[in-house]
Amino acid sequence: MKYGTTGSACAAVLRRDLLLTWRRRGDALNPVLFALIVVMLFPLALGPEPNQLARIAAGIVFVAILIAGLLALDTLFRADYDDGALEQLVLSPHPLPLLLACKIGVHWLTTALPLIVFAPVLAGMLHLPSQVLPVLLAALALATPLLSLLGAVCVALTVGMRRSGMLLALLVLPLYVPVLIFAAGACDAAQAGLPFMAPLLWLGAALALALVLAPLACAAALRISIS
Amino acid sequence: MNRLTLWFHKFGSPPTFYWLAGLLGPWFFGASLILFAIGLYGGLVLAPPDYQQSDAYRIIFIHVPAAWMSLFIYFFMAVNAFIALVWRIKISETLAMASAPIGAAFTAITLATGSIWGKPMWGTWWTWDARLTSELVLLFLYLGVIGLYNAIEDRRQAARAAAFLALVGVVNVPIVHFSVKWWNTLHQGSTVRLIGPSAIDGSMLWPLLVMALATKLWFFGSLFARARVSVLELEGGKDWARAEALRSGDMA
Repeated sequence: MKYGTTGSACAAVLRRDLLLTWRRRGDALNPVLFALIVVMLFPLALGPEPNQLARIAAGIVFVAILIAGLLALDTLFRADYDDGALEQLVLSPHPLPLLLACKIGVHWLTTALPLIVFAPVLAGMLHLPSQVLPVLLAALALATPLLSLLGAVCVALTVGMRRSGMLLALLVLPLYVPVLIFAAGACDAAQAGLPFMAPLLWLGAALALALVLAPLACAAALRISIS
Repeated sequence: MNRLTLWFHKFGSPPTFYWLAGLLGPWFFGASLILFAIGLYGGLVLAPPDYQQSDAYRIIFIHVPAAWMSLFIYFFMAVNAFIALVWRIKISETLAMASAPIGAAFTAITLATGSIWGKPMWGTWWTWDARLTSELVLLFLYLGVIGLYNAIEDRRQAARAAAFLALVGVVNVPIVHFSVKWWNTLHQGSTVRLIGPSAIDGSMLWPLLVMALATKLWFFGSLFARARVSVLELEGGKDWARAEALRSGDMA
């Protein structure tokens, strides 16, 4: 029996996942709407004082996007697990980490990228100073792939469970703590007029490491839960 | 087969482990109770009051050993998790999973005694100090392992998944500690610090070390007791486990 090349397998995974998302493109807006609502809740709870909001705006945007990403994580493997496609992926002769990396990539493109595109609106609603916005976007661009990669490892562990929402949050959030600290730290430094490159570079280093290691860990975790 | 491998195979087998843990467990508990008594007497009665904090410092005889244990047990769990995943040794799975609740309990004790001490000393129950925050994250890591283990039906698969999570966590612990430290120092240069008696007096040091030893022995006693129960549960269908259950049923 002849198998296709690894490249063609990756391309097939990419095309299939993108096509599935496109067929249900309304769902892609859900994380954005969720983040918008969460951001709306903060002024309602804390009061509409612009100065106070500006001080905590970057933190709120990060937490809102982080939680929106957390809720979107469940869709990474859910449908594929239910219809058995995930098992076929595990059984395929091509390296599983690479195929999973493609899946995680598409998931990031369809859930996190809309959030980044929408982030300036969220930041504007909270009166974030305009000179901080580029730093916020840079931090988000580095942090959200990291969140997707770390989250994918934990999702792979809980993939067979019926009701995994709260448990997933418990597994994922301790891993998100350092990412949140560095991403929000960069924005805080920029807002205070301090150098902000160091935390961004740390995020970049962590992302480079996670790009290599997280798909491997994700594949190992998936093999444990599908057995 | 060389002797070490043979030894591993022998004590890795559930019936031998069950027998050995049952034999050693009470001794560990007994020794730790004696050491607890000695350490607490030394710490609460013999050691002099601190010149700055008077008697309030005495909580360190619980707090510090518990904090050491919270990290030691996580390390112990991760080593067993590694052995369980790489060599598929059943007993290591059991040991890793049995140590998680004990570690979580020690972490909770650390946080509780810390805030009891913090109220009179710092004037607040909680402060976002680097060490407090990373201890809290450690508690969540323990709870995640326990939660994952309980959420999966198949016991062995659950143990493997939770063991994997424990290994991910062991990478995370130093990163969290480092990042939280960075975060805290970025925000506030000199906040309330843990007292730094780098040169602790001998009269205070020996009860502390005795207590540390006592908590270690307690951990192993408790670990053996927990692991015995779960070994019996896992091996419920085997002949030796049935014979054991019948035997202890006769005695009762």
